[in-house]
Amino acid sequence: MRLLATAGRVLSQLRRDPRTVAMMALLPMLLVGLFAWVMPAKQFAQIGPMLIALFPFIVMFIVTSIATLRERTSGTLERLLTTPLQKAELLFGYEIAFGLVAVLQAILVVTFAVYVCGLDIAGSLWVVGAMAVVNALMGTALGLLASAFARTEFQAVQFMPVFVFPQMALGGVFMPRSQMPDVLSAISNWLPLSYSIEAVQRASINVTGWDLNRPLLILVGVTLLALLLGSLTLPRRTP
Amino acid sequence: MMNSSPAVSIAGLRVKRGKVQVFDGLDLDLTPGRITGLMGPSGCGKSTLIRCVVGIQKVQGGTVTVLGLPAGTPALRRRVTYSSQQASVYTDLSVGENVTYFTRLYGLPSTEADRVITAVGLADQRSQRADDLSGGQLTRTSLAIALLGQPELVVLDEPTVGLDPVLRAELWGIFRGLADQGITLIVSSHVMDEANRCDDLLLMRAGRIVAHTTPASLLIESGKSDPDEAFLELIRRDIAGPRHSLDTPNEAPVSTPRHAEEDQR
Repeated sequence: MRLLATAGRVLSQLRRDPRTVAMMALLPMLLVGLFAWVMPAKQFAQIGPMLIALFPFIVMFIVTSIATLRERTSGTLERLLTTPLQKAELLFGYEIAFGLVAVLQAILVVTFAVYVCGLDIAGSLWVVGAMAVVNALMGTALGLLASAFARTEFQAVQFMPVFVFPQMALGGVFMPRSQMPDVLSAISNWLPLSYSIEAVQRASINVTGWDLNRPLLILVGVTLLALLLGSLTLPRRTP
Repeated sequence: MMNSSPAVSIAGLRVKRGKVQVFDGLDLDLTPGRITGLMGPSGCGKSTLIRCVVGIQKVQGGTVTVLGLPAGTPALRRRVTYSSQQASVYTDLSVGENVTYFTRLYGLPSTEADRVITAVGLADQRSQRADDLSGGQLTRTSLAIALLGQPELVVLDEPTVGLDPVLRAELWGIFRGLADQGITLIVSSHVMDEANRCDDLLLMRAGRIVAHTTPASLLIESGKSDPDEAFLELIRRDIAGPRHSLDTPNEAPVSTPRHAEEDQR
């Protein structure tokens, strides 16, 4: 009840902010379209699936880190923690709300990539779409956590390039991880986006079973860990 | 409705915020069913004291007992409500959405939202977004949330700051109505002319309680005719020698202010 009330409240806040909703829903789709346009078809066939997973992650990361930072700085978080609301209900309330938006986002981006941009996906479109949702949920969880380390919204947006660009470079977008120098490939094993890319690539070429489930489980694990750490950044008593 | 045990009982409270020792052995008892005004200049520790009572302040030592339980225990979350200095509401939501959300967090029926919105006089602004409200309406939205359920202790940090006299009078009318129902209120303010509207007064300065008195006794003690002057007089005496500030008797429930050097616990 309190969980759903919180998810509903976050969704109402989003509804009041059409520009952000438009960004969440349309931006991944438009960026995929842009890549399809600039790239030769063969190259887009390689990169396209990764973009389907990465853009929802990035968009959710930014939106959540700012939304929860606002909650921290406006005094509403402090107030929530004086009510019967549990921290898990707050965190999962955010996850549910943004998860619903992510489903919409995934439907749009997969449909657009396949039917408008002509992206050839051998695997199930539903599984590829599910990867986009899992990545969006991970972006939400990490954004929640990141907001604890920012004092202002200005600082919060800075996390995106710091956090995302190195992971994109190391995660296999530009070069397969197996062809990287050993040091970089070892580092990439510890970066969540490496598994985002691995999972969506495999799903798109119809890999199933453990080879798909392993990166997927890692993503779910990172999400839960980020939420757990996030709840530790919400102490009821502050100095 | 009322009982004799104090609504709030603080003993040997020590709080440090950053490098500043805000409280160093503070003791205090508040009588239930009364409006206690927490008065004092900015930075004297009013908000920190309030945060301790609500149980959201990290403390270094001492005990804070609220309605017989340690401050901040889960069982108190329905019995104690709090509104912080900044109106802590979602400015991108309407008055109704804000109040309804908190109503659901407390697991209360939606009629409860209607009741508190009417109680603070915002029925006409119900569908208005909070960032379109005036300062006073915003404060009242925040106050409405603090009235949800049947709180036994309502803690309000500077609820009337920056409001015009008419609105302040209205809010004090609401506070008085709550106290008449037996609810204990702690209301902080740095506007001394609000002192007369309280039942009990706590005058604070530099993390210490200079006087715990009533509005009437304050004037008698200080020999002044208005609260502003009286407060300044008590502060002057406090600076001159803290021990002499409360030598005059008064009938109010008084917890003797103690100071760090006297309190060797």
